Amino acid sequence: MSHNPAQASINTLLSQEEKIHLYREMVRIRRFEERSVRSYQQGHIGGFCHVYNGQEAVAAGTISVLGPDDHIITAYRDHAHALMVGMDMNSLMAELYGKETGCSKGKGGSMHFFDPSKNFWGGHGIVGGQTPLGAGLAFALKYQGKKGACLTYLGDGAVNQGPFYEALNLASLWNLPLIYIIENNQYSMGTSQERGCAGDTLAGRGSGFGIYNEVIEEGNDVYTIRERTSEALQRAYEEQRPSILEIKTYRYRGHSMSDPDKTYRSKEEIEEYKKTSDPIDRFQEQLVGESVLSVEQAEAINKEAKEEAERAVEFAEQSDFPTKEAIQQDIFWETDNPEQGSSQGTFFFN
Amino acid sequence: MPEITYREAINQAIKEEMQRDESVFLMGEEVGQYHGAYKVTQGLMDSFGRDRVIDTPISESGFAGLGVGAAMMGLRPIVEFMTWSFSFVAFDQIINNAANMRYMSGGLINVPIVFRGPANGGVNVGATHSHTPENFYAHIPGLKVICPANAYDAKGLMKMAIRDNDPVCILENTILYNQTAEVPEEEYLIPFGEADIKRSGSDISLIAHGRSVITALEAADKLQAEHNINAEVVDLRCLRPLDEKTILESVKKTNRVVYVEENKPFCGTGAQIACLIQEKAFDHLDAEIKRVCTLDAPQIYSMPREKDQLPTADRVVETALTIL
Ligand SMILES: Cc1ncc(C[n+]2csc(CCOP(=O)(O)OP(=O)(O)O)c2C)c(N)n1
Ligand SMILES: [Mg+2]
Repeated sequence: MSHNPAQASINTLLSQEEKIHLYREMVRIRRFEERSVRSYQQGHIGGFCHVYNGQEAVAAGTISVLGPDDHIITAYRDHAHALMVGMDMNSLMAELYGKETGCSKGKGGSMHFFDPSKNFWGGHGIVGGQTPLGAGLAFALKYQGKKGACLTYLGDGAVNQGPFYEALNLASLWNLPLIYIIENNQYSMGTSQERGCAGDTLAGRGSGFGIYNEVIEEGNDVYTIRERTSEALQRAYEEQRPSILEIKTYRYRGHSMSDPDKTYRSKEEIEEYKKTSDPIDRFQEQLVGESVLSVEQAEAINKEAKEEAERAVEFAEQSDFPTKEAIQQDIFWETDNPEQGSSQGTFFFN
Repeated sequence: MPEITYREAINQAIKEEMQRDESVFLMGEEVGQYHGAYKVTQGLMDSFGRDRVIDTPISESGFAGLGVGAAMMGLRPIVEFMTWSFSFVAFDQIINNAANMRYMSGGLINVPIVFRGPANGGVNVGATHSHTPENFYAHIPGLKVICPANAYDAKGLMKMAIRDNDPVCILENTILYNQTAEVPEEEYLIPFGEADIKRSGSDISLIAHGRSVITALEAADKLQAEHNINAEVVDLRCLRPLDEKTILESVKKTNRVVYVEENKPFCGTGAQIACLIQEKAFDHLDAEIKRVCTLDAPQIYSMPREKDQLPTADRVVETALTIL
């Protein structure tokens, strides 16, 4: 009852600067997404673009407790995770613009951000497809004898994909340092959890596999998320056991930019969440209450983040599109490194 | 005749067949309450209720397989894949179960199921979402594979598919959903295995399927206007069963062939058609058979580069000129 996540050591150990940094990261995510939405509406971004507004505490809370040998992999709603691992806004915006300076050279787009140098194994477009990959990353960590874990994110809709269950079994059977983070924003496109998911909690599906699981109701509270994630990390480091954390959250925008968001929830529902449960507002209030942050400082941070996103747009606009030759590069390691390859034969058939 | 969109044509086909036959039901992600990710199934849940228009979780392998099981019992499921790219997680159910069931049971069982949804590039959704797997499915004996290029064909072929007693894969196209064509108000069906001459010509055959038929037609107009070349455009409509007769007749008339398709070239549909032509009309060819395909790479996201990657009318014209 009286447990206060802000008092958990993982949170009390944070310096003032670190707390402000965490706040700034959440704001940067929000501002980046708002700017992406505008660019999308102006026709500069193609295809599908899934934004993260409303869910900031999840990426910020979970990723901010990771150590140097921890890795992450997620689905297509990946902009926030990319920012949290420290990827440069310019390279993300350029990717959205399909430019060669983008993090994936304009080849992947919104759903396929990657930066292995930051232990970020991407954005993945096929629902549930990343769930066994996360098990593989965890397997490799264990195999290499590293003290690390893999955070594998998925949605409340993705839990209904078969490969997830095969991966759960393997993770438990082989004692993998793996943490599944179910970002339960209550909707899978236009399908609410009740209409798409049988059973009680989503995390509870791990029980049959003997996997520790819990639901974090306060998914808008970055302190709570940090506390529970660090406990799961200990379980991975010390016991080599997997965990499932189902984090309750909410998305403010439609499923993707092409979702008119008219058939499955009310405007009032969205407004109510924004008003009462916004994760950034909540953290700001906490920090102001702790006298770590002033409202003026918060405003300045918001302004800076807006400007940073604006500069990212300029960078993206000024960058070039990939060349035509680039279409057939980055397909085989060997054709990109012809001197080091040994295959004979024809690779491409135009 | 009223002009309707490709989207409406499919919607009407499903609606009419559901009215006609109680055993037909529709199943897929967001097909009901949301009216379909691309609004193809608009209003169907209101017309037929939640027992016959069923919203599924994101479990393609589960509901495709469930559909096969239901079809074995005599129901006629229409399974929508939000896009065919997502059918890959259900590959086993379509290929090992739907396609093989009749054979393995020595003809005791048949599987009257329709798998449908869009399959195309050109909308900048990147490598995982831009597959055109009609060649994969046409590779499998036991599956029928249909790629309608306009609203008229879409309706007639869809109705036929729903009445068919075998598994049928219909690959639609999100870019075509808004295209209109004249579609009669009275009922009609289009039998499988009948290609359609979309433009009659004498100098060269542009053979194509799906949206590439539209590209071929554009190219034919350019060839006529800019080079005074009269191209014939043959729309296969069905890959399996294949209308060999119409293909060969066209080749015998024009003696030159360009195959146009959105498939990647290696083991693509065009490769099969080229093989057929050299085997059965070798003496009628005045030049090698050419193909215009999507450039052989995973689909690129970058907008201008995806345009370059896909077949264009200009590329078809250029290629045609090399063999004229
Ligand atoms: C195998 C597969 N089926 C369908 C889709 C289309 N699709 C993309 S996201 C999505 C909803 C996923 O919802 P959820 O897992 O809750 O994640 P959220 O979008 O809420 O973050 C669907 C149906 C897909 N990308 N892959
Ligand atoms: Mg969701």
